[in-house]
Amino acid sequence: MNYHWNWGIFWDASPEGGGTYADMLVSGLRITLAVSVLAWVIALGMGSAVGVLRSLPNPWLRRLANTYIELLRNVPLLVQLFLWYFVLPEVVPEAWGDWLKSLRDAPFYTAVIGLGLFMSARVAVQIATGIAALPRGQMAAGLALGFTLPQTYRYVILPNAFRVVLPPLTSETINTIKNSSVALTIGLAELTARARAIQEFSFQVFEAFTAATLIYLAINTIATVLMRLLERRMRVPGYGAK
Amino acid sequence: MTDTIIALEHVDKWYGPSFQVLKDCTLAVPKGEVVVVCGPSGSGKSTLIKCVNALEPFQKGEIVVDGIRLHEKGVNLPKLRARVGMVFQHFELFPHLSVLENLDLAQIKVLGRGKQAARAKSVALLQRVELSAHADKFPGQLSGGQQQRVAIARALAMDPVVMLFDEPTSALDPEMVSEVLDVMVQLAQEGMTMMVVTHEMGFARKVAHRVVFMDRGEIVVDARKDAFFGDVGNERAKQFLSKILQH
Repeated sequence: MNYHWNWGIFWDASPEGGGTYADMLVSGLRITLAVSVLAWVIALGMGSAVGVLRSLPNPWLRRLANTYIELLRNVPLLVQLFLWYFVLPEVVPEAWGDWLKSLRDAPFYTAVIGLGLFMSARVAVQIATGIAALPRGQMAAGLALGFTLPQTYRYVILPNAFRVVLPPLTSETINTIKNSSVALTIGLAELTARARAIQEFSFQVFEAFTAATLIYLAINTIATVLMRLLERRMRVPGYGAK
Repeated sequence: MTDTIIALEHVDKWYGPSFQVLKDCTLAVPKGEVVVVCGPSGSGKSTLIKCVNALEPFQKGEIVVDGIRLHEKGVNLPKLRARVGMVFQHFELFPHLSVLENLDLAQIKVLGRGKQAARAKSVALLQRVELSAHADKFPGQLSGGQQQRVAIARALAMDPVVMLFDEPTSALDPEMVSEVLDVMVQLAQEGMTMMVVTHEMGFARKVAHRVVFMDRGEIVVDARKDAFFGDVGNERAKQFLSKILQH
């Protein structure tokens, strides 16, 4: 193989103008982080709500939650992003479709919402499992003290369920960050897309993707450490895993 | 009868379409009385007591708690339950809260008590069940007997008009039974109205006014304590008593 290694490439000016190849990576990283954080907020919010619905006694609400989960969980993320990005503007009324297509940063919003909803189905399953793992008597104890059902969830069920599912939520956090790379297919200039752009401009494919790999490793390691710290902070003496 | 705290009137309950767990149960608990409910396992006694604060639904009949009819339309169940203390077989303390926080929570969120007033009440109640030294511990750090005493204090913090006990000592190691029963005896002697599902016949002899014996979903005996332990008159109850009193 006649490959010309050039680790100094990152300090060369990029043909896009206005900065170096390293700057391209940084701008990609920014977008990756922004998409991941916002998608994770949606995933946690929607996931918690749907997870709670799935645990309620009402069979219709449970069915609704299950439908949501199965739809979003069983269709590949790539297909979902294509549906949101390419298909949705064509099936809504024309004026809305035009508005969607003219939206600046449409790939960004699509990635945030698409990834957020996709991950929310996974979070919902975790939350529902966490709730189901609690002793049945906890609900009875909350109600017996005069709490309403929402209060019982708020003060008794959810604080404990979240503690139970914190470790699996760590992997879902990391999955969200990793899955954000799929958004390059709808034209979002996130980290993986920027690494590919560097490769196309400079032909330094190994350097570009080595850099991307190391950056992904670094942010996921940081995310893991932060979640571990959170787990430690939330740990209750005499309860749960030591 | 204004002084009846709990009245069950011909209560029927089914699990599913065909399995009847409660059959025509009628029972009254007057203010200040201690009623012990006993019977073989599966006789429906735990189900019965859970119906009293509507933790379990029942299909026919009526239950009146402190003047409130459970089957009446628009009945405010949370408000009713806040006035009925309940102690569970498995304690059911909230594991993520300290002992004091367990006592504070419903006082603040349900009764709307101020934080300081709630805390003062919690501290006093913990002293009463002799657990002041454990106030800042978490439930998982306490023994079963200690947890159950905290659970009793938590129920008392709501100033209940009646206390329900659902097999409060059944999940305890033998050496911890008496510390819980002592608290219950003291409570009974202070005049608290109590409905207690238990096999602790020593407790029944000591403080019960009446003993109710259930079998296969029916209340077969409802007698004053002396009558019950003298000559109960019912063959099934006699057999049951002879079995649990042997030891």
